[in-house]
Amino acid sequence: MSKSIDQIFVSAKHWLLSWLDGSPSWLIQITSSLISIFALLAVFLTLFALMSVLERKILARIQNRYGPNRVGPFGLFQPVADGIKMLIKEDIVPARADKSLHFLAPILIAAAAILALGVIPYGRNMAPFAIDGGILFFFAVGSTTELAVFMAGWGSNNKFSMLGAMRAIAQMFSYELPLLVTVLPVVMVVGSLSPDRIVAAQAEYTYGFAPRWFVFTPWGAAAFLLFFVSGLVESNRTPFDVPEGESEIVAGHMTEYSGFKYATFFMAEYIGMFAISGLGVTLFLGGWHAPARALEFVPSYLWFLGKLSVLLLVYVWVRGTLPRMRIDQIMNLAWKFMLPMAFTCVIAAAVWHYAGRGLRGWLWSLIVIASVYIVLSIVLDTRRKFAPRVYRFAE
Amino acid sequence: MTPTLQVFLIVSAALFSIGLLAALSRRHAIFILIGIEMMLAAANLNFIAFWRFGPQHQPPVGVMIALFSIAIAAAEAAVGLAIVIAVYRHYRSTNVDEFNQLRG
Amino acid sequence: MNTGAFIVIAIVTLSAAMAAATLRKLMHAALSFALAVIGIAAFFFLIGAEFVGLALVFIYIGAVAVLIVFTILLTRRDVQRDRGLNWSGVPIAASVFAGLTWSILNTQSTAIVAPHIRALTVKQIGQTLMTTYVWPMQCVGLLLTAALIGALLLVIEEKP
Repeated sequence: MSKSIDQIFVSAKHWLLSWLDGSPSWLIQITSSLISIFALLAVFLTLFALMSVLERKILARIQNRYGPNRVGPFGLFQPVADGIKMLIKEDIVPARADKSLHFLAPILIAAAAILALGVIPYGRNMAPFAIDGGILFFFAVGSTTELAVFMAGWGSNNKFSMLGAMRAIAQMFSYELPLLVTVLPVVMVVGSLSPDRIVAAQAEYTYGFAPRWFVFTPWGAAAFLLFFVSGLVESNRTPFDVPEGESEIVAGHMTEYSGFKYATFFMAEYIGMFAISGLGVTLFLGGWHAPARALEFVPSYLWFLGKLSVLLLVYVWVRGTLPRMRIDQIMNLAWKFMLPMAFTCVIAAAVWHYAGRGLRGWLWSLIVIASVYIVLSIVLDTRRKFAPRVYRFAE
Repeated sequence: MTPTLQVFLIVSAALFSIGLLAALSRRHAIFILIGIEMMLAAANLNFIAFWRFGPQHQPPVGVMIALFSIAIAAAEAAVGLAIVIAVYRHYRSTNVDEFNQLRG
Repeated sequence: MNTGAFIVIAIVTLSAAMAAATLRKLMHAALSFALAVIGIAAFFFLIGAEFVGLALVFIYIGAVAVLIVFTILLTRRDVQRDRGLNWSGVPIAASVFAGLTWSILNTQSTAIVAPHIRALTVKQIGQTLMTTYVWPMQCVGLLLTAALIGALLLVIEEKP
């Protein structure tokens, strides 16, 4: 019974495809892909709408005020109002802007974000497109986002846009390396680039109740933290939202966009956030597996949705808590701290694997990571730089 | 009627000659670099087409050559663009017709 | 292999490449080049070498295209209007294309259809890279490091 609820979407798709029995195989393939794509778009656009209002309410509560609460019960129909507003706004294009670039940039960035959602396994047998090199596909598509951001900045013919686009590309470029290198230990330990295989490698439970997710190993925990921070940067979220710094450069590369195109940028940023969180859940948090063997009756997609929601909540929480970092602080963090720590995670994963994957491996990899962290802290002189501020003149 | 090897090779030759056209007939240094990168990509397509249609020896040599060629193309693009920037600083122009003196 | 898909991808790639070679505005040409590279990656997917296609997209679009647009940004004095195509290059390119096509069509051994092959997995590529081709891979690593340092040295501004 629980198995049939678990596979309800898969069986629904097979039932829909059975209407096409006897058609040529290319038609069946195209229809199957289209069904997966529609389901994916429906789920994630709904999640985007819900997330936009929930984020504002959670941020508001952190800041000791109510969020939007006029439009529906508890303000939950706010996305409908926002959507109508965005659709009926006048679409202003600057007179000397590069028309084709200005038009294509939001389309490209939304397309890249939605394409990246296609390889993540959302439940048992529920990855929309199971490619052999799924992780590489995700990052290849994510790297075209940078080009689209640049197109937006250049095509607007506006100094603020150009400045925002250059900051955005510098930031995204620098953090692609820690993002990739922190994925490397997981790929190395599992031995495959396919997300299905990576989820399957985290399937067992030690003593029946402790799951073998990669986040519970020292290298996995460190790699997950670095991956999470890099994901924050790639989505241009606070504390790394220098490209959209509202108090500095108006809206960065999105300055000259109004109405529906701005909504497309907004949507692309949120869907990028969902994609990176989904990948984090797949790589480190065990994908769609339950945390204990006794809880396996709950359907797998609900577990994935739960873990994804926890990660998104942490995204919103960090946004409400931390101030924006300066661009040189962001660059220093990437190149001087995160990249060496990411390489350490690779070495620690190898040590964990070769010392047997049990307690001895755990302790040795913990020693490797802790020692490199301490050495880096001493070398980067963090005690002096992060000490509480001492005011010399104001009292 | 499925595409034969000849069709793939003709497409690759067309891409190569378009890259050659860009490299020969433009005056901006960056256009020439774009043409060179296009020629390299066309040659990669050629290698992969021959790998696919040929006898499958166990180390997939065509795929290996294509992978190394992509890596080398990236390195060459980086150095080429650095040279363009360095030359721009001396000549204040990227028109290759004007690079007609050795400096230094 | 699907003929319809092949024709569509071929039209997209060749027109994007033609646009990259003949457009006047540099930014449009650089982005058409990125589109042509996506077309070539689609060819690779059609052929069955998905890993190489993904590596192509990752490296060419994620790195080379971004480098090109940054360089356009940094060398911007006369980028607004190029003098366009210099038509004296067209006969040379056309004759090269004619020569290549003549030699391809005259080689009978290439008029073959695609044989059925086993799918090439990433694991196979990885094993080959680490066993048979490990020395070329190390050399490529050294080459990329040298290119990185060289490019940095070329553009670094000396303090006067």
